[in-house]
Amino acid sequence: MTERKIRVLITKPGLDGHDRGAKVVARALRDAGMEVIYTGLRQTPEMIAEAALQEDVDAVGLSILSGAHMALVPRVLELLRANGQGHVHVFVGGIIPESDIPALLAMGVRAVYGPGTSTQKVVEDLRAAILQENHA
Amino acid sequence: MTTLAEEVLAGSRLALARLLTLIENEDPQGEAALDRLFPHSGRAHWIGVTGSPGAGKSSLVNRLAQAFRRPADGSPPRTVAIVAVDPSSPFTGGALLGDRVRMRDLSGDPGVFIRSMASRGALGGLARTTPAVVQALDSAGFDIILIETVGAGQSEVEIARLAHTVLVVEAPGMGDDIQAIKAGILEIADILVLNKADLPGAENALRTLRAMLELGRPPHEETAESLPVVWRPPLVPTIATQNEGIAELLGHIQAHAAYLRQSGGWQVRDRSRLQTQLEELLQTALLKRWRSSLPEGQYQQILTDLQARRISPYQALHSLLGEPPLPQSIQRGSTALFNA
Ligand SMILES: Nc1nc2c(ncn2[C@@H]2O[C@H](COP(=O)(O)OP(=O)(O)O)[C@@H](O)[C@H]2O)c(=O)[nH]1
Ligand SMILES: [Mg+2]
Repeated sequence: MTERKIRVLITKPGLDGHDRGAKVVARALRDAGMEVIYTGLRQTPEMIAEAALQEDVDAVGLSILSGAHMALVPRVLELLRANGQGHVHVFVGGIIPESDIPALLAMGVRAVYGPGTSTQKVVEDLRAAILQENHA
Repeated sequence: MTTLAEEVLAGSRLALARLLTLIENEDPQGEAALDRLFPHSGRAHWIGVTGSPGAGKSSLVNRLAQAFRRPADGSPPRTVAIVAVDPSSPFTGGALLGDRVRMRDLSGDPGVFIRSMASRGALGGLARTTPAVVQALDSAGFDIILIETVGAGQSEVEIARLAHTVLVVEAPGMGDDIQAIKAGILEIADILVLNKADLPGAENALRTLRAMLELGRPPHEETAESLPVVWRPPLVPTIATQNEGIAELLGHIQAHAAYLRQSGGWQVRDRSRLQTQLEELLQTALLKRWRSSLPEGQYQQILTDLQARRISPYQALHSLLGEPPLPQSIQRGSTALFNA
């Protein structure tokens, strides 16, 4: 049996226009040895949950700059759970006001990363979380 | 308790996705599920799509899947699974799988299932487990399986061995040349596609490709016996981004399937594919069994002798297999060296 690879979906929900940040994270995760499925811009929560299901990912990273996170994130979480993928590690990056973070974490988001976060931190968190899950 | 295989047969997409992961990881649970599913395989049309990165393979797969879902001739929609393979980094083992970006039109359709795969070190344009993944999708009941290869290999012969129908996708390059026609790539084409026919140079590229096809080679031979029909690979211009030429391409794909069924080529390909699969499994298993039956010390000694140039690799092989060495008369050169 070959080593089990970490599979991550990196995606950009909402209508805002550029995906530079998402691509930077995608490349960093790839360079850390993970298999990163990249979907591109303007994904609806339905599209994201469908891709997460078909690709059987361990984690989903949502890059949100539009300010619509309080609408988009709960919907993604809800759909993942409805599909039997409540175990998937969901993290959010982008422009998220400090004051929204507790609510996001309470919903089931595992981590929220602001614009200044090093990609190394994202990699380490993800590795640790998935390692822990496999031992659980 | 229902097994994973039963859930897959009952149409669970979650079970299917998990099964594909187990297969990719070469987990024994995946193997067990495949055993159960195998009798249900053998019905789908496996279509390979190969060609250089950027030629438009993913964009074409997106359009073809749409066309299979809504046939222009009013025939019933076909269900479609897509396997898109991208390269793994040889250094980190990581991969960026971006083919879904071009397939967003397919989302929300329960008759479509898209799976991205990393090549995980394999060099022939597919991952080692791609055949088993495709087999699983076939067993799950999809009518059509589109397999997009990495497209970077020197010769992507593996897809020719795997698929019933191979599409080789080219695109106009700079000036009047066409983008990278790799040696051997035309030989594997059942259908040659010139995508990006909207770009300058398309006319010249078409002319070049047509000439190459005519010069090329005899028509495909599917059986040793004489064929009732002969397949000449057609050249089809498309513009994937504008959905141009797709209906024509679909027509050729369906004609190729009909040709294979009529000529017996379908069975020939099925049998040789299964033979390849079996022999690859045999190779791995026999080597493993044989190695474990050999005392490690003896094996290491032979490696040492090899490294010291006391014996040649062929002599090592004969010695390991307990075969007599070749008779002196056929040995050439300084045999004294070996006999010392
Ligand atoms: N002009 C033009 N561009 C195309 C066409 N088909 C695909 N493309 C573009 O070519 C690029 C690569 O396409 P993609 O499908 O990802 O190619 P792949 O790497 O072979 O899978 C994308 O930017 C597409 O939008 C076409 O028919 N005409
Ligand atoms: Mg592609």
